[in-house]
Amino acid sequence: MTLVKISDDALARAGGADKLAAAFEAKGCEVHRTSSWGMHWLEPMVEIDGKGFGPATLDDVDAILDGSSDKGIGVIEEFAWIANQTRLTFARAGKTRPLSLEDYAANGGWKGLERARSLDGEQVCKEVLDSGLRGRGGAGFPTGIKWETVRKAAGPKKYIVCNADEGDSGTFADRMAMEGDPFQLIEGMAIAGAAVGADQGYIYVRSEYPDAIRKLNAALDLCGDTIAPFKCEVRVGAGAYVCGEETSLLNSLEGKRGEVRAKPPLPALEGFMGKPTVVNNVLTLMAVPHILQEGGAADYAAKGIGRSKGTMPIQLAGNIKYGGLYEAPFGLTLGELVNEIGGGTFTGKPVKAVQVGGPLGAYIHPDQFDLAFGYEEFAGEDALIGHAGVTVFDDSADMGEMARFAMEFCAAESCGKCTPCRIGAVRGVEVIDRIRTGGRQRDVLELRPQMHNTTKDKGREAAEEVGLLTDLCETMKFGSLCALGGFTPYPVMSALKHWPQDFFGEDEVPAEMAE
Amino acid sequence: MSDKSQRIGEIIAAHAHREGPLLPILHDIQHEFGCVDADTEVLLAKGLNLTRADIHGVVSFYHDYTADADPRPVVQICRAEACKANGVERLIGAAETAAGKRVKISTVYCLGLCSAGPAARTGDDLHIRLDEKAITKLIENA
Repeated sequence: MTLVKISDDALARAGGADKLAAAFEAKGCEVHRTSSWGMHWLEPMVEIDGKGFGPATLDDVDAILDGSSDKGIGVIEEFAWIANQTRLTFARAGKTRPLSLEDYAANGGWKGLERARSLDGEQVCKEVLDSGLRGRGGAGFPTGIKWETVRKAAGPKKYIVCNADEGDSGTFADRMAMEGDPFQLIEGMAIAGAAVGADQGYIYVRSEYPDAIRKLNAALDLCGDTIAPFKCEVRVGAGAYVCGEETSLLNSLEGKRGEVRAKPPLPALEGFMGKPTVVNNVLTLMAVPHILQEGGAADYAAKGIGRSKGTMPIQLAGNIKYGGLYEAPFGLTLGELVNEIGGGTFTGKPVKAVQVGGPLGAYIHPDQFDLAFGYEEFAGEDALIGHAGVTVFDDSADMGEMARFAMEFCAAESCGKCTPCRIGAVRGVEVIDRIRTGGRQRDVLELRPQMHNTTKDKGREAAEEVGLLTDLCETMKFGSLCALGGFTPYPVMSALKHWPQDFFGEDEVPAEMAE
Repeated sequence: MSDKSQRIGEIIAAHAHREGPLLPILHDIQHEFGCVDADTEVLLAKGLNLTRADIHGVVSFYHDYTADADPRPVVQICRAEACKANGVERLIGAAETAAGKRVKISTVYCLGLCSAGPAARTGDDLHIRLDEKAITKLIENA
């Protein structure tokens, strides 16, 4: 009987993988629903004897089975897009069935946890520190230091919280990881629990990921004995973007409004329910099982550049020809990622802009494509890698509109606790609108002679509004409590800097802003 | 005691053992009754020994909870950056025409299908690579 592998990842299912699987079963094949290889332009992809076919439709079933299909890509593991990657976090992607304990154990699963349990907590924290692993959620804080802080914190009750509120547009690695290899996340959390002395974990998943929620719950039911005495529970978010911020997430987990807390106190000392808490992103925790294997920390630390160690699961998204998940050591240039690996835009038009790091990431101009992928490298250019989502735009994108959307999004998703974000975002939309419509004229009332205190002039020109926007962005950047208000200026100001013609009109760009 | 208040009591009891049970409780209520209305907030406040203001603050904070039930089928269309890059804004007109008053179109910021947008969600079903024809069909069948 022919063994056919088809992914049950949400993206493959959205592309029709379920019907495809049923069609192969009807032909008498044995179908394994595996995780996704991450080559999204080929999904739903069919794998037979290691060879891939995609994107497959129901009409392709017969041709794939009799070998006459022209959608073959050859042996998947030798396919350049896969072969050139260094997959540590996604080592099992495409190969195993997400909810098969057997597959997981047979492919290196639980080894990290076994070894972590043979060490004491201090040693585990040290290995994580030595590996150079930094928080993959965006802030890039060294994971080993965070763990050590929680380990040393006083008190019998501590928590491990996994931040799976992956709200950034252009990112989907958390979703793929949770759907494709839920046991690996659970193993990472159990290791964290063993390291810091916590016996309870929570995975806070956003409600927009129904497949991930279902699979994590099923996985936890299956592996309860393996991870005991560590216990873990899935909690579902309620559609608030800001809950991806760790203190807001903790409030939400406690059943409160998802408002950001002022720091200090750090969550590591006073987190969930006021107890010491490790809050880590999905990818951070998923990197841990590899690091804790024999020699894993040194192997991890040997990869990457500068202070950005190990591998990063990069997500190629938006208007891109070969989109999907590309895990590689830090150091690739943005140009390589977008043009060579990603194949340029899907529409075939020139790349206009690339946004790295989700809605709060700067828009990067193709002139900066020699920028190497790393935390400090990006920070040096006033950009951030965030959760490593790379969203590509072709030349039909209106960057003025995108800048306005950044402010609009911030206004819609602000938790409302701090003024720069809550009010600044609304004012930001207004200022950008004024720049785009040629400035602000004094209104009728202001010009009345009775209004002694108003200035009777022509109002502000578009170029003068830029000064206001710059001021506003400075205030938001340095005055906001969290990254939502603090980083919204990045996409706004980068769009204004590189594409002023999208704000002022082609011939109206003020001389001082023309490049 | 009405059926609804009894049912809400059961939901509270089912989650009472959890640390921070309010969100799981609200999810169950929203799922079962299609909304978390003012009467429910009163019941929850009593059941959880919180003030009604506490409950209302939480309910009104999150996009997933609504004060009124809406019987229409919902199609959530992603309008975040990656889907915008793939031209979702050009589909909105057609989507609204197809929806009319029968279907509710709501905006969602990211379904995690960013490499194959524009994307949409109906219930727990996801849809990718939408064009005008596909989104019209999707809404007509909602």
